[in-house]
Amino acid sequence: MSPRLSQAFALLPEYLGWHVLLSFSALLLGVAISLPLAIAASRSARLRWPVLAGASLIQTIPSLALLALFFPLLLALSTLSKGLTGHGFSALGFLPSLLALTLYSMLPILRNGAAAILGVDAAIKEAADGVGMTARQRLFQVELPLAAPVIMAGVRTAAVWTIGAATLSTPVGQTSLGNYIFAGLQTENWVFVLFGCAASAILALVADQLLGLIEAGTRKRSLRLVLIGAAGLLIGVAAAVAPLAAGLNRAQAYTVGAKNFSEQYILAELMADRLEASGAQVSRKEDLGSAVAYRALAAGEIDAYVDYSGTLWTNVLNRKDNPGRAEVLKQLTAELKRRDGVTVLGSLGFENAYAFVMRPDRAKALGVRSIADLAREGPKLTLGSDLEFLSRPEWTAVETAYGLKFKTKRSYQPTFMYRALSGGEADVISAFSSDGRIAAGHLVILTDPKGAIPPYDAVVLISPKRAHDKRLLAALQPLIGKISVQAMQGANYSVDRDQGKASPAEAARTLGRQILPSP
Amino acid sequence: MAGPVIELSGVEKRYGAHAALAGVDLSIEAGVFTALVGGSGSGKTTLLKTINRLVAPDAGTVRVLGADVAGAEPHVLRRKIGYVFQEVGLFPHLTVAENIAVTPKLLGWDKRRIDARVANLLGLVDLPLDVAGRAPAALSGGQRQRVGVARALAAEPKLMLMDEPFGALDPLTRDALGTDYRSLHERLGLTTVMVTHDMAEAVLLADRIVVLRDGAIVADGAPGELLAHTGDAGVRDLLEAPRRQAERLRAKLAAAPEAAS
Repeated sequence: MSPRLSQAFALLPEYLGWHVLLSFSALLLGVAISLPLAIAASRSARLRWPVLAGASLIQTIPSLALLALFFPLLLALSTLSKGLTGHGFSALGFLPSLLALTLYSMLPILRNGAAAILGVDAAIKEAADGVGMTARQRLFQVELPLAAPVIMAGVRTAAVWTIGAATLSTPVGQTSLGNYIFAGLQTENWVFVLFGCAASAILALVADQLLGLIEAGTRKRSLRLVLIGAAGLLIGVAAAVAPLAAGLNRAQAYTVGAKNFSEQYILAELMADRLEASGAQVSRKEDLGSAVAYRALAAGEIDAYVDYSGTLWTNVLNRKDNPGRAEVLKQLTAELKRRDGVTVLGSLGFENAYAFVMRPDRAKALGVRSIADLAREGPKLTLGSDLEFLSRPEWTAVETAYGLKFKTKRSYQPTFMYRALSGGEADVISAFSSDGRIAAGHLVILTDPKGAIPPYDAVVLISPKRAHDKRLLAALQPLIGKISVQAMQGANYSVDRDQGKASPAEAARTLGRQILPSP
Repeated sequence: MAGPVIELSGVEKRYGAHAALAGVDLSIEAGVFTALVGGSGSGKTTLLKTINRLVAPDAGTVRVLGADVAGAEPHVLRRKIGYVFQEVGLFPHLTVAENIAVTPKLLGWDKRRIDARVANLLGLVDLPLDVAGRAPAALSGGQRQRVGVARALAAEPKLMLMDEPFGALDPLTRDALGTDYRSLHERLGLTTVMVTHDMAEAVLLADRIVVLRDGAIVADGAPGELLAHTGDAGVRDLLEAPRRQAERLRAKLAAAPEAAS
């Protein structure tokens, strides 16, 4: 077996366990909410329209957005509850994923349920009244048994949707089979992407078949089939979730976070390695959205992660000025401590700034060396950016400072952005200065003579509750100031290159050996 | 039992602008087989359904077995009244035996009593015992309605309401079921109210015929005396219809062999 495939299999028990636990809980909750609603909707025409329209509306929200929307909502609720009762709860991970997926699972159950109960033959309902059933007896002894096959068909559809959409819970911090897909997409590990898709598809098929047995049982009025299907389902869920229960017994003392790109995975692995070397238990929360990561740290849901001074400066402190690299770091350290109790442990020693990057031949032909030159040629050129750059304040700052205009602007996943540049579909891209692909492709970084782009020192952040944790500080302190931009570019490239890829964990170990004396 | 089994006074029911029942007074004594007849929209089905409160009247009172039906829970009332209708409405997810056992089960009878009752009823409605475990879908139309009658009789009601019970059956089955039911009515000492649009059926089975038109009773009496005493041309037409039909039939059937030879 190829090393990447065996690596994927090694992660399967954890990813699959969470995926099954999450989808199954969401489906159970979805049935528990939808079925009474479907009954109410079948009884009252006035209720039917708003209930079904509401469920359809939820379905039109892209599932990733639905998941993302629950994070700020829950965070606000958690803050409120902390203020009122002194107890907060985690706004990250399981809870937002569960709620979003539950909402997502409701439509097919509601729609099939209401239609099936309404569709019971009028003569049979009249007979139920005629023999002296109460409304409740009619519902439970006649209408629901007759509607059961159609309701179960709705549950099957909901199960398949939920299992598919659960892969999208990865960016809000919930481990799922989506971890393969998101990490694979970032590091161009197509084995991971395919493995994640296949695992999720197989899981959906198995769940669909088992629920199909229950559906066939209700249709043929065979209690045996219903029991076989239900038992299969429960055994499957128990078997998938068992490895998690085993994992829970080990206290996971520390949680290290990472955003969703290679450098972040490598640095998270590096920090986790250091902590594990000191004997601590460490769990990882990867693929966090940019804004999610900081809030999660401030709320104590992750203990440490690496962010960039410019990002914190503009997005967290909402500053638009640029007082210089050292001053930004100084003010940031003071302000984050004062405002959120977050410790800036220090800079790792390299910058990962937004940079405008061109192919050398193209830059030479156009005579472009700086962003000022780019402003001159811009109207003829196509800009390729990552998915968030054009909506970030840094872009606004550069755009205003130089009066930048482009013929077209296109957004890509970072991986595809480099492909677009080498293929000529984009003339210039918004890259990260520590990206290994810049040096490897001999790409040209345009200078910023006006200093419009703030500095982006990679800094280690520590959550308020770990501010005085000796083990954590002792493990991470030695990394401060030790990583040069060349070392980081090398590590990033070993993960991002097309041939002979290393995994983030391998790259972290190599980087660790380079920068720290072996213990 | 002292007093009438069913007593309606001033019963009205409107559906929008249409008056389905326009002030009906009717009293039915125990043991009588009554047929409610009339054209489509005459109000005969609505009248029947006010008796077991499948229809709640807008005005007037309905007393059944000595009590006002508006004063009790409808399901308690209905468990005391057998109800059979044209579509039968057997529960497709239950076996024949389970269908028959529905009302006794709702009443909380013990299992042995229910089993004995089901076996007894299958005999009463002339069905073989081996249909007990079958699904309703596996039966013929006539067999299904026999199960419908057995289900209605299961909790030993004194009163049976039937809404065109044999209307969807072929003529032979229909005749057989009608005759069989009439003898059950005698043997069990039932009070039966049956809605039908078939005058021949009404005349052959009922002790008393009540004719409705536009939500009001226009004639009421035993079949023979009704024909003798009514002054209403419409009622006379209705009552004579079976005889005219029979005479035409006889004439045609008598002419047939001569034509063939």
